[in-house]
Order: sequence, then C-alpha cells, then structure tokens
Amino acid sequence: MDALILSRIQFGANISFHILFPTITIALGWVLLYFRVRFNLSSDQRWMDAYMFWVKVFALSFALGVVSGITMSFQFGTNWPGFMEKVGNIAGPLLAYEIMTAFFLEAVFLGIMLFGASRAPRWLHTLATFLVAFGTTMSAFWIIVLNSWMHTPAGFEMREGVAFATDWMAIIFNPSMPYRLAHMLLASGLTVAFLIAGLSALRLLWGERGHGVRTSFRTGVTLGAILIPVQIFMGDMHGLNTLEHQPAKVAAMEGNWETQGNVPLVLFAIPDQEARENKFEIGIPNMASIILKHKASGVVPGLNDFVLEDGTIKHPPVAPVFYSFRIMVGMGFAMLFLSWAAVFFLYRRNWKAELLPKPLLVILVPMALSGWVATLAGWYVTEIGRQPWLVTGVMTTKEAVADVPAPMVLSTLIGYLAVYVILLGAYISVLLYMTRKAAKGEALVEPRRPDSGPMPMPAE
Amino acid sequence: MEFLGYPADQWLPFTFAGLMGLSILIYVILDGFDLGVGMLVPLAEEAEQDRMIASIGPFWDANETWLVLAIGILLVAFPTAHGMILTALYLPVAIMLLGLIMRGVAFEFRAKAPLTWKRFWTWVFFAGSTMTALSQGYMLGLYIMSLDVTWATKGFAVLTAIFLSVGYSVIGAMWLIGKTDGALQRKAIRWSQGGVWGLVLGVAAISAASPLVSPRIFDKWFSLPSFAYLAPLPILSGALMLFVWARLRALAKDQTSRFAWGPFFATMAIFALSFLGMAYSFYPYVVPEKMTLYEAASAPESLTIILVGTIFVLPAILGYTALSYYLFRGKATELRYD
Ligand code: HDD
Ligand code: HEM
Ligand code: HEM
Repeated sequence: MDALILSRIQFGANISFHILFPTITIALGWVLLYFRVRFNLSSDQRWMDAYMFWVKVFALSFALGVVSGITMSFQFGTNWPGFMEKVGNIAGPLLAYEIMTAFFLEAVFLGIMLFGASRAPRWLHTLATFLVAFGTTMSAFWIIVLNSWMHTPAGFEMREGVAFATDWMAIIFNPSMPYRLAHMLLASGLTVAFLIAGLSALRLLWGERGHGVRTSFRTGVTLGAILIPVQIFMGDMHGLNTLEHQPAKVAAMEGNWETQGNVPLVLFAIPDQEARENKFEIGIPNMASIILKHKASGVVPGLNDFVLEDGTIKHPPVAPVFYSFRIMVGMGFAMLFLSWAAVFFLYRRNWKAELLPKPLLVILVPMALSGWVATLAGWYVTEIGRQPWLVTGVMTTKEAVADVPAPMVLSTLIGYLAVYVILLGAYISVLLYMTRKAAKGEALVEPRRPDSGPMPMPAE
Repeated sequence: MEFLGYPADQWLPFTFAGLMGLSILIYVILDGFDLGVGMLVPLAEEAEQDRMIASIGPFWDANETWLVLAIGILLVAFPTAHGMILTALYLPVAIMLLGLIMRGVAFEFRAKAPLTWKRFWTWVFFAGSTMTALSQGYMLGLYIMSLDVTWATKGFAVLTAIFLSVGYSVIGAMWLIGKTDGALQRKAIRWSQGGVWGLVLGVAAISAASPLVSPRIFDKWFSLPSFAYLAPLPILSGALMLFVWARLRALAKDQTSRFAWGPFFATMAIFALSFLGMAYSFYPYVVPEKMTLYEAASAPESLTIILVGTIFVLPAILGYTALSYYLFRGKATELRYD
C-alpha cells in the first residue's frame, strides 16, 4: 500500500473517531442547559439529578472529543501539506476563527460548568453551561463551513495555482453549507436523543424507578420524535442540493449507471463497478425520478457520464457510497418508527415510562448507538462521494498527500487504531457502568474514607 | 496597507510570528506545569495523587488549547513552514498526540471507571504526560538543529527531551507548592529542589548549543553592541535562579513561610526569558536556517481577516481564562460536580 491510501485510511479513521464525540457534545450541551434552566425555574430536584448524570457523560465525551480533535488539527500538516499550500488562504482563516471563537470558549467554561456549581454563583454556572453549548455549536459551524466549501467551493480565484479569497460572504455561505449544517446539527440532536432514551431504557430495565429516570426517558424520546421528521425532510433537501452541485455523488448514491428518465428507487442491489451494472437489484419503479425531479419521466444523471474517453473514472467508488446511504436512511426510518411508537405508548400509559411494552424498551437500548451509525454512514456518503476530488474541481486528494514514507504512516496508523479501539471500549463500558450505578441508586462519587480528614475527591 | 511605514507583507508576518510565539510561550508554561504534575504522580501516595490531579482538573483543557492556537497560527499564517515542520517531525508529533490523548482521557476515566481500574488510569495519566513532554523536548532539539536528522542531532534532541521534561516537572512541583499544603506540599518542595539542577543545566545547554551550531546566531549574540543589549537576559535569568534556589531553601525549613508561589512565578519568568532569547536567535527564520517567516507567510488579505478577529477575541480569551483561575483559586482540596 502506498502513502496515499494509508494517509486516507488514517485520516478517515481519525475523523471517524473524532466525530463520534462532537456529535454527542454539540446537542448534549443544549440539553444540559435545558435541564439547568428547568431546575432554576422550578427548584425541582429531578432536573438537577438529570443534569448531574448527563453532565458526567458530557465531560467524558468532551475529553475524548478534545484529544481526538487535537490529533485532527495536526493531520493537515503531517499528512496533507498540499491542502494548506493550495487552499490555505481560505481554509486558514476559517480554522483560525474556529479556534478563537469556539475552542477557547468551550475549554475555559467547561471547567466552570463541571466543577463550579458550588463555587460560582447560580447565574454564572448557568451562563457557563450556555457558553459551552454555544461554543460547541460555533465550532460545528466553522468546520462545516470549511467542509462545505470543499464540496461546493465559491468566492475565490486561482492565481498561479493557489486559491485566493475574493468574497468571504460567498465562501462562508457557499451553496451546500446551510443544508449540511442543518443536517449535521439535527444528526447531533438525534444522536443525543437516542442515547438518552437508550440509557434510560436500560435503567428502567435494570429496575430503576423514580422521577429522574422518567424525566430523562421522556426528554429523550420526545426530542427524537420531534427531530426525526425534520431530519428526513432536511435530508431530502440536501440531496436535491447535491444533485445540482455534485451529480456524480447522487448517481453513486442511487446506483444509477445511465443518464435516463423513469429511474427506479433502488432499495437493494450489489453495484458492480467492473461490469458497470447492479446485480440483484430490487427497486420501486420511477421512484428515484419522482424524488429527485418530481416527475416519473425526470432525467437523472448516471455514472457513465463521468467516465472520460480514455477510460479514466471521474466518479467516486460506487459501492461504499451506495451502501452507506442506505444504512443512513434505514436508520432514519427506524428512528422515526421507534420514537413515535414510544411517545404514543407514553401518552397512553400516563407518561409512566416503566409501563411501556418491554420489547420496545429492549429495542431502544441498542438504538442508543443508532445516531453514531447514521452519522458515520452519512459522512461516508458525503466524503467518499466527493472523491477523486479533495476540493471539488480545484484539487484532487492525490495532489495533497505528503511524501512521508509509507511504513511510517502505517506504523502511526496502527498506533492510532489500537488506542482508538481501547478508548471506544472503555468509553462504552464506563457509560454502562455509570448507568448501572445510577440504576442502583448509588452516588457516582466514591465514599469518603473516615479516617483521613478532608479527603480530596478525584478530579472528575 | 501600510502600518508604521512598513508594507503589509512585512508587518503582518511579523505580527503573526509574535502571536505564535506568545501562544507557544503561554502553552509551554501552562501545559508545562500540568504535564509536570502528571510526571510526578508516581512519586506520591494514592490519596495525594487524587489531590494533585484535582489541582489541575479545571485548567488542563484550556491550557492545551494554546497548543491548538499555536499550531493553528503556524498552519494559517505560515502554511509552507507548517507542512515542512510537521512532515519532518512526523513520528515525534504522532507520539506527542498519543501522549496527549492518553493524558486527557485518563482524567475522566480515572474518576468514572470502577475503582479496580483506577490504578491503571493513573498509570496511563503518567505515561501520557511523560510521552508528551519527552516528544516536545525532542522536537525542540531537532528544531534548534534546523530539522536535520543525523545521529548527532538526534543525540542532542534526546538531551533536550530530558531537560524539557525535567523543566516541566519542576514547574509542576512548584505549582503544587502553591496549590497544596501539609505533607504533599513538603514533598513538592523536595521535588522542586531535586529538579532545579536539571532546569539550570537545560537552559545552559540550549543557550550554548544554538550559537555553536550556527555562526549566524553566534554573530547575533557576540558582536558589539548587541552583546551589551542582550547581557541583561542571562543576568536576569541567573538572578531568578538564585532567587528560586533561596526560596526553596527557606520553604524547606519552614513551609508556612510566605510567598509559596514565589518559585512558580520566578520559574515562569525563566521560561519566558529563555524563550525570548531563542526567538531572538532564530529571527527571521521560522524553520531555522531554511525558511524565513516572510517567505512562508500566506496572503496579506487572509492574514488581515484573521488579525481583525484576533484583536477582539484575544483579550476576551485572556479575560475569561483569568476568571477561571480566580474562581478556582486557593488550595486544591475537593473537586466535585456540585
Ligand atoms: C460537526 C462538528 C465537528 C466536526 C466535523 C469536526 N469537529 Fe472538531 N470538535 C467539534 C466539532 C467538530 C466540537 C463539538 O467543538 C469539539 C468536540 C468535542 C469538543 O470538546 O469540541 C471538537 C474538538 C476539536 C478540537 C479540540 C478543541 C479544544 O481544545 O477544545 C480540535 C483541535 C478539533 N476539534 C479540530 C477539528 C478538525 C481539524 C476537524 C476536521 C478535519 C474537526 N475538528 C471536525
Ligand atoms: C466529521 C465527520 C467526517 C467524517 C466521518 C469524514 C470522513 C472522511 C472519510 C471516510 C474520508 C476518506 C474518503 C476517501 O478517501 O475515500 C474523508 C476524506 C477527507 N475529509 Fe472528511 N470526514 C468528516 C469531516 C471532514 C471535515 C469537517 C473536513 C475538513 C474541514 C474533512 C476533510 C477531509 C479531507 C481533507 C479528506 C481527504 C483525505 C482523504 O481523502 O482521505 N472531513 N473524510
Ligand atoms: C432518512 C432520511 C435521510 C436522508 C434522505 C438523508 C440525506 C442525506 C444526503 C443526501 C446526504 C449527503 C449530502 C452530500 O454530501 O451532498 C446526507 C449526509 C449526511 N447525513 Fe443524512 N439523510 C437522512 C437521514 C439521516 C439521519 C437519521 C442522520 C443522523 C442521525 C443523518 C446524518 C447525516 C450526516 C452526518 C451526513 C454528512 C454531513 C452532510 O453532508 O450533511 N442523515 N444525508
């Protein structure tokens, strides 16, 4: 394997690991603010209980997000020096604004949010919670701006092979940015909704009763039920936008080889790029044309349009895009069905979560990770769908790679992967451990040892 | 766009080099002390370890963000240098990142995982801190040697790796002198006394090496009149070292004596002075002897956009960082979520 493919795998692995945690922290920050404000308004202890449990999940996810994010910011230099040399004039300011307006805000106020409840006045603690949530969202905004610009570049000109900014508004509000940002923020909301619902369901199954767990459960499923229709609608809009700007990506998502009308919506198939056709195709006639062009005879672009005379392929690899897209959409519909069912039963059973049908609770437990699966699948669609371009029409991925020797890249890749597997395992088992402790009604701090005076608590 | 008579492609790169230097310096001091605390952890007993880690709990994340800022400025203001430096330092950077990952997550896991795992995470915390410090020192050494990788430069880099780690441990121990009391404070005083020698040797070694490697740097320091202007730098450093040494002796005799923070702040000043000296030596190069900051700078339009933001945001960052240190002032005892 050469340095290019290894660097791609390494970058993909690092960002996949990283995005798991922002996906949680972006929305969980706002949920915590909601708990905190409800407590301020009602002084009802159950809101503070919910806050105290979820703030720990937040802290853990945040730490993992920060350390993996720092790795990300070095990746540009270590593996993709060509990227910054060519489009640094545009990527640079966007990254700089992310650091200055978002990272410091999050990092400083996180300390106050986690440890300051007894030291800071109530308003300051609430404000800190708000600023952390705001900071994570700002950070998502800036990085999505950059990423969307790479998909649909605008507002720049090339001089001697280097991009120069001509219109910052056009760069920031590039054509795909609003859709991608909305879709991603909703994805984060859904991930958190199902995480909360899933872990609360587990607590119920392990026998916990009481207002705290009921409140959490209800917050989770209601949030999910509200967001998922919006997300499906947003996803559809996003797809139409992509059709306009990156038709090759949509052709790969649909598994459509020929540009033609009456294109079926392929539910399942095994795309074969060698033979340039789908095997075992099952589809709904005309449906893809209807979704994308709003009429049965609508002409949908096909992959064969993106093969040059000499046989060079200018479209992305089909299979990964095709499958990932189906995984994401499948998860979306599973979320729709389950969250609405849960809200329906909650309503019928007087909001007593423990009275829900047991199979529903059981299914909700693995669904705690459904947001992760859908988000990763979505990003794979987006990013693999952009290949062979790194910045659409401006530079290919190959041009950006560093000439670091392949064995060196391989060794660091193995190192990262090993650490990530361990950390992911530790993260999930600690979540389960915390959930079990909460279910058993134990406080999460260790008991003091009676003999040693004022015993310090570990830094949480 | 001119500023004080200098054209934009002169004063903008210079300003950004200054900003980058400032954030590296702040990073080295702030993350230096909490990495130092991490390296000292195995020397303490279990209950003390909790307290040591609690003393940096609210700060470490923000401290690390200065590294992100420094790398960010290098990336956005000097993109070609960024690529050159990071690809040359590929392996030590990867080791540092793994170290930072281990250190950062150990904080959280240590407090939340089942008790039986706590020892393991303490060990990860120590290992991560040490890996980070050593690889940073190693990179510093190679950087001083113009990023040339030969056996001799590697040897020098190993030396700087050890010295920087000792330096971090010393400033970490001094942070603990200020932040703790009782038996732990007594230990911290002893650790500082043990490490101060490493600090002195390290500063001396680096100051001696750079002029010896580069005739250009030698001339910058040892020709008149610059020699006279620069003399205060080493003299001041020497005086500060004497002060640290005396304070530590006084504290060792009577740990309740005032100015428990004295050694910490004086060492901070020593770090800053050494840093200034280095900056003077290397100017105008971002990659010593290979690429000047003017050659590496990005387009003035882009730099202006960032500068406008910086002027507003940097004071705010400094302000709320100060707020956080104020809020968590005093001796470290308990840290909990309520
Ligand atoms: C949509 C969201 C999103 C995406 C696509 C990315 N990030 Fe991220 N990042 C965040 C959302 C986020 C966040 C929510 O702001 C984090 C996660 C957890 C956290 O603590 O902040 C964060 C943390 C974080 C940090 C640590 C910040 C700190 O010290 O507090 C760095 C350096 C990066 N990221 C860098 C990157 C880079 C270089 C990316 C792309 C190549 C990237 N992130 C993709
Ligand atoms: C956060 C969720 C993201 C995920 C899961 C993700 C995933 C991926 C994957 C799997 C690839 C490899 C595609 C391939 O080579 O076939 C890739 C490529 C790339 N992505 Fe992303 N990405 C994300 C966000 C971003 C963002 C926000 C940026 C930049 C601002 C970015 C920049 C890049 C770059 C530079 C590449 C080229 C390297 C490569 O092709 O491997 N990505 N990404
Ligand atoms: C069920 C209906 C859905 C549709 C029709 C849909 C549609 C799309 C499309 C077309 C893209 C690719 C856009 C592009 O790169 O040009 C995309 C990406 C993405 N999807 Fe979905 N999606 C759906 C559900 C979901 C769900 C449930 C989640 C997560 C909870 C999700 C998360 C993402 C993410 C994170 C991306 C990558 C970022 C982006 O480009 O916006 N999607 N989606």
